[in-house]
Order: sequence, then structure tokens, then C-alpha cells
Amino acid sequence: MTGPLLAFIAKLLSGASVRWIDSQPDTCQRVYFANHTSHLDALVLWSSLPYEVRNLTRPVAAKDYWTKGAVRRHLAGVFNALLIDRKDIKVHQSPVDLMLREIGDTHSLIVFPEGHRNTGPELGEFKSGLYYLCKKRPDLEAIPVHLDNMNRILPRGEILPVPLLSCITFGPPLWLETGEPKIEFLGRAREAVLKLKDI
Amino acid sequence: MLSDPYTWYFVGGVLLLLGGATAVGQFLKGQPESSLNPAMIDTFNRRVRAWWLLCSLLAAALVLRREVSVVLFGLLAFWALREFITLTPTRLSDHRTLFWVFLIFTPLQYVLVGLNKYDVYSIFIPLYGLLFVTARVAFSGDPKRFLERTAKIQAGLVFCVYCLSFAPALLYLEIYEPEALAALAQNASESQPGAASQRVATVLPWPKNALLLFYFVFLVQMGDALQYVWGKVLGQRVIAPAISPTRTWEGFLGGVGSTALLGAVLSFATPFNHWQAAGIALVVALAGFAGGMTMSAIKRDRGVQDYGTLVVGHGGVLDRIDSLCFAAPIFFHITKVFFTPG
Repeated sequence: MTGPLLAFIAKLLSGASVRWIDSQPDTCQRVYFANHTSHLDALVLWSSLPYEVRNLTRPVAAKDYWTKGAVRRHLAGVFNALLIDRKDIKVHQSPVDLMLREIGDTHSLIVFPEGHRNTGPELGEFKSGLYYLCKKRPDLEAIPVHLDNMNRILPRGEILPVPLLSCITFGPPLWLETGEPKIEFLGRAREAVLKLKDI
Repeated sequence: MLSDPYTWYFVGGVLLLLGGATAVGQFLKGQPESSLNPAMIDTFNRRVRAWWLLCSLLAAALVLRREVSVVLFGLLAFWALREFITLTPTRLSDHRTLFWVFLIFTPLQYVLVGLNKYDVYSIFIPLYGLLFVTARVAFSGDPKRFLERTAKIQAGLVFCVYCLSFAPALLYLEIYEPEALAALAQNASESQPGAASQRVATVLPWPKNALLLFYFVFLVQMGDALQYVWGKVLGQRVIAPAISPTRTWEGFLGGVGSTALLGAVLSFATPFNHWQAAGIALVVALAGFAGGMTMSAIKRDRGVQDYGTLVVGHGGVLDRIDSLCFAAPIFFHITKVFFTPG
């Protein structure tokens, strides 16, 4: 399967309408961070980016899910997922360093800072990965993204998706201010995602 | 059918009307200083675009095989159901029921219509759909708000999928004009045992089902538009302000009346005579109005203006076909009971 075909199928299945609010698609290096409610999130968010941007963007996804079975492995290869082992996180091999190494100075990232999929509609607290990404690479634009209705299309523990409609909203970029404390920055980032929900 | 001049009059007239509406819409869009509300012009232009889409769907029915129309209507129903269920809160435990509803029941209904299995498709969703949905939700092991959840899913299936499927089902009816039907009945009584079979005259069915479908959809859409226009011009008494602040008794009566008149004028596109066409158009307009009110009530309950704005950027298929959904079964059954033999 090719990338454009997979993106087309993902868009068809999720019925996603894409909105850019005070923000434009760009090929500059970015970290897209979004709320996480479904295994489809990474794929659908990646699919909703324009072709040129999509080719330079790597979604960070769970290794245990996307390496299970030949189909998932193949799909993860097609959408160029950056697979992170959630069980084997070590200090000397931190996921943040791995991500930064993988993107070099061309690619962008899609991350889900809640760290795990939410069962409810509420947005969980953000883990610190996003902060360290932005601290080590202050030039990265952090773009908040809100994914709506994805958990009804493919909820946790289900294999077959139901083709409802969803909505993806991209917001204006954030940067880590110099000397901004971790908690404050993560709170600001979380608020930015929440704000997109009600627009 | 394409050699028939009346088909061309009808289709040509509709195309002219749509072309005119498009021109007016574009003209108004280019006049930013006009006194009209720009949001209203935008709504109008979106409506016209939806009409073009619906019109090309029906034009396809005129030239292509009827199976193609069934598939196109099936896709329309699928999209409408997507909007309906997206809007309706279901619980996560309904996920597998919904999977069946979307990927088995919806396609199967249209396959049955395409196979012309009237006995099955006319009860499939109201009966077996109901039994299946309730049972499947029960098996999911979540008793919370059980009846409410099953009712929501079932209502979506009936409105969006089942009702709409009667529109393409029209293409499969063997329709006779009133005189032909009378001749047919006479033939049947004369061909009793012993009677000579040569005396039986051959009576052919009316062949323009696709044109009748076009007539029906056009009538429903015009019914909507006329109600809106009458309401804007004369509207005083709102029927149910909490449901729809724009639907008035004046708009309702004017719209239904003028739709009946329009139906009679266009009766050349149907097997009906003037009076029959007027009566049928009246019923169709009433049903269309009821459909619009019902869908408005559902939307108000969920606190949204249009199904289109629920998910931004989508056209709001359900907004355009709500009246069609209610009118289709009624139009189908009137035609079937009074204009087909037996």
C-alpha cells in the first residue's frame, strides 16, 4: 500500500473535516501534539496533513500495538511511524533523545502527551516529554491539535472501526518561553488543546 | 425513455431553474453592499449546490441502469446515517451494534431493493433491524439507558436508511396509467376460463419510472423552498418556536398549497391525471414538512443548528434530505397501491 492511498482510506473512514485556526500547514519543523482517545489518532492526524507536509512528518506510536501482526507492521511502515517501546524506557535511551535523533533537521513529529489513550472525553494531564522536546529543540513549533469523536470511531479494545464523522482542529503554534517552568508550559499546552475543542 | 419529449421538457425545465438559481446566488454574492444578510446568501448558495448534486444523481437514473441509482441512494443513506449517529450520543458499549448497523444492515437494505425483494425490504429494518439492535445491545452487557440507546440507533436506521430506500425502489415498480389499469382489470375479468384469449388487448406498463423519481424529488425540494418563501413573505404565526423558529402556519399552508398546484402542472411527467397529481403532491408536501419538523426537533434536542455545522466543513446531507426521507415511503406506497396491478 502506498502513502496517498492509506491517507485517502483513513480520511474516508474517519470522515474527518480538517480546520486550521490561526495556523497554516507548513513544512518547517514542528511538533504536533494532540489528545489521544483511539489507536487511529496517529494515522488520521498524519492523513489530514497536506501531502508535502505529511511526507516530512512522523507520528510517534506505541511499538507493542503497531508491531502486532503483519498488517499493522506494514501500515506503520507506510505512515512512517516512529515506534516507541512503552515498556522499555531507560534513562540512557530516553524516547525524547530517540525522537530528536530520528527527525534530524527535516522532519516533524506527532506526539500524544497524555501518554496513553483516554477512555473518557476529558483531557488527561500531559506528561513531561513534550516539555523536554521543546527544551532541547527550542526552534520547534509546537502545534496544538484537537481530535474530536475519534474514540467513537475506534474505541479502546475494539478491532473494527465504525465510520462516523470526526473533526481535526489545528491551532496556533506555541514556543517554550526562556526559563518557563515545566508545569506551567505543560499546563499552557494542555489549555491550547482544550481551547480548540470549543471553537 | 430519452426519446420521450416530456422527459426533456421536465429535465430541461429543472436545469433552467437550477441555472437561474445559481446565477442569482452568484450575483448576490458579488453584491456585498446589498441589504440581504450574507449568511442567508451563503445558505442559499449551499442549498443550490446540494440541488445540483441531487439533480445529477437523478439524471444518472435517467440514463444509467437502475442498479446504479440504488447504489447512489445507498451511499447517500450511509452518509446521512453517519451524520445522525455522530450527532446522537451512544455509549462505547454500542460500538459493535453500530458496526453491524453501518456495514451490514445499511448495504443489505439497498441490495434487497436492487433485487426487488419487496416482501423482505419493506419489513427488514423496522422488524429485523429492531430485533437485532435490541438483542445486540443486550448482549453487550451494558443495561444503562437500554431503551433510549436502542431507540436512537433504530430511529437513525429507519429515517436515514429504510425510508430513503423507497425512493430508488420506485424504479422497480410496474406502473400503469389509470386507463391502462382499468383495461388490465377488464382483461382479467374477460379471461375467465372459457373466454377466448385473443380478445385480450395488450396493455403495456408506463415505462418512465426514472422520470417519476425525478418528479418526486423535485416536488419535495420545491415544497421545502416554497414553504421557506411563503414563510418569509407572509409568516406571522410560528408553529413551534422551540423546535423551529422559522416555520410558520402561513409558510406551511402556502407551501403545501403551491406544491400541490405545482404537482398538478407537472403531471405530464407522471402517470397521474391532474387531480391525482395535485392530491399526491399535497400529501408529499405534508410528509416533507413533517420530516423537516422531526429532524429539527432532534437537532434542537442536541443543541445544534444544522447537521452540517455539527462537523464543520461537511455539507449536512441530512439537512437536505430530511423531507425526502419522510415523503419517500408515502409516495412509493400511493403509487404502488393505486397505480400498479394487484
